[in-house]
Amino acid sequence: MLEAINLEVSYGGIAAVKGISFAVEEGEMVALIGANGAGKTSTLKALARLLPARGTIRFLGEELAALPSHGLIGRGMALVPEGRGVFARLSVAENLAMGAYSRRDHAAISADLERVHELLPRLLERRTQLAGTLSGGEQQMLALGRALMGRPRLLLLDEPSMGLAPLMVHKVFETIGAVAATGVTILLVEQNAKLALESASRGYVMEGGRITLADSAGNLLADRRVREAYLGE
Amino acid sequence: MKAKVKAWQGVALIAAVLAVLPFAVGLGMGNAWVRVLDFALLYIMLALGLNIVVGFAGLLDLGYIAFYAIGAYLYALLSSPHFGLHWPAWAVLPLGAAVAGLFGVLLGAPTLRLRGDYLAIVTLGFGEIIRIFLNNLNSPVNITNGPQGIARIDPISVFGVPLSRPLDVLGVSLPGVYLYYYLFALVALGIIFVTMRLEDSRIGRAWVAIREDEIAAKACGINTRNVKLLAFAMGASFGGVAGGLFAGFQEFVSPESFSLMESVMVLCMVVLGGMGHVPGVVLGGLLLAVLPEALRQGAGPVQLALFGRVLLDPESLRILLFGLALILVMQYRPAGLWPSATRRREFSENPPEPGR
Repeated sequence: MLEAINLEVSYGGIAAVKGISFAVEEGEMVALIGANGAGKTSTLKALARLLPARGTIRFLGEELAALPSHGLIGRGMALVPEGRGVFARLSVAENLAMGAYSRRDHAAISADLERVHELLPRLLERRTQLAGTLSGGEQQMLALGRALMGRPRLLLLDEPSMGLAPLMVHKVFETIGAVAATGVTILLVEQNAKLALESASRGYVMEGGRITLADSAGNLLADRRVREAYLGE
Repeated sequence: MKAKVKAWQGVALIAAVLAVLPFAVGLGMGNAWVRVLDFALLYIMLALGLNIVVGFAGLLDLGYIAFYAIGAYLYALLSSPHFGLHWPAWAVLPLGAAVAGLFGVLLGAPTLRLRGDYLAIVTLGFGEIIRIFLNNLNSPVNITNGPQGIARIDPISVFGVPLSRPLDVLGVSLPGVYLYYYLFALVALGIIFVTMRLEDSRIGRAWVAIREDEIAAKACGINTRNVKLLAFAMGASFGGVAGGLFAGFQEFVSPESFSLMESVMVLCMVVLGGMGHVPGVVLGGLLLAVLPEALRQGAGPVQLALFGRVLLDPESLRILLFGLALILVMQYRPAGLWPSATRRREFSENPPEPGR
């Protein structure tokens, strides 16, 4: 479904992503793990066309190089940005409506809104509240719900656990699992390697801008190097 | 929906007050005050235009008066003896809007990646560049007549009737300031209407989204480049129309009418009235246009009555009191005098948590 070949990202001469290749198949949840500064977020931003990158990105058989970032949601790729990026001074309902900005199929939008409310009942309870006054976990849920309102086939999640209390992190990951169960393909970037690998089916480990390991999530969890470097053993 | 109905009721009330206002003011306080009202309407148009850029799209523009200048000079050049051109107002005013809008895009395009303070600095520079150009474009080829400005500009005519001369309506002679007042009020109402429709449109929502979070806006499928340029162009075109009206009304333009202070003043109207809220912005424009005049005219007589003589020069006292009023409003009503329901909530509730 998504394929990256020799992806390179650099910031003013400093290479953050040094030619990585990976693929995500339809229906999978793939985790991209690694330490701070390994190049995970840069990779995701390059996929979402928010950063200029070299190399080839193919999504559903189409080259993304010529597409602007705002054209991706219409193609079926949605990003939940790092730090959630909810529209703080809009209500929860307005945030969700913005998620469907690129769509005009009103009947299907209301159906999707109902589905999002079923999946994330807190959003229905809080629909008139300003997004900026939600707790961090609720904001993450809202960002997820907003992305789903674009009816994506592939969801890019950037550090959904960032800055959340442990209990909330588990809730967020439960929800991500529920989204995956509805058939949405997910590429998850996470520092919390254990949680990410427990939810995903496959994983890539990034280090210094390169992919150093690629395997099934189970094998990575059992891998000595992963356990030492990322699971604190 | 309820908020919208309330907003429209507010506009209707304003319209009714607008219709009788010049008579109440003119008969009670003299025609000089109707002239002040005319200027207030021009400032309201400017404030509404700037509100699109600053209030809706969240792009801080400190050079907004440049678009007013462009509209004014375009009118001055195309209908005055300066070039011997006497184009009619109905042609020049829309052209002014279009040219100002084009300049808005010219300013917007290179500043797309900038926000906040950085954008403010560039726009401030843009405003000054336009003013300095107008000041110096009198040699080698005399285009703008430099600091002397352009005089004897044609007054605005509606259906062949020049608004500068008194008009007899049903036996009542209406002076020019009244006629301009009604023209300006109509244009201002038109701008209010367009602004409120925009606010409630897909474009309006896209503006708010980029104001809140640009990356998330892109992820939602918003073409942030086009939407930003549209905000600059729309805001600038309102400024251009107001500038053309100003030139026809004054029959004289010079670069000093378009200083940085004017940009700051219009920004004050937007912020003080209630950023992003149309009725608030209208109120801000009206108050800040009328208040300095009231202070200027009131400060002398009040001192005479209190102390028997004028202790402080009314002109300097005016700026002092004006600054004090601004500080007090921002202290006690930080969201503005008449903020939108959302802004009021935001300032009264606990500040948004960055999240846990």
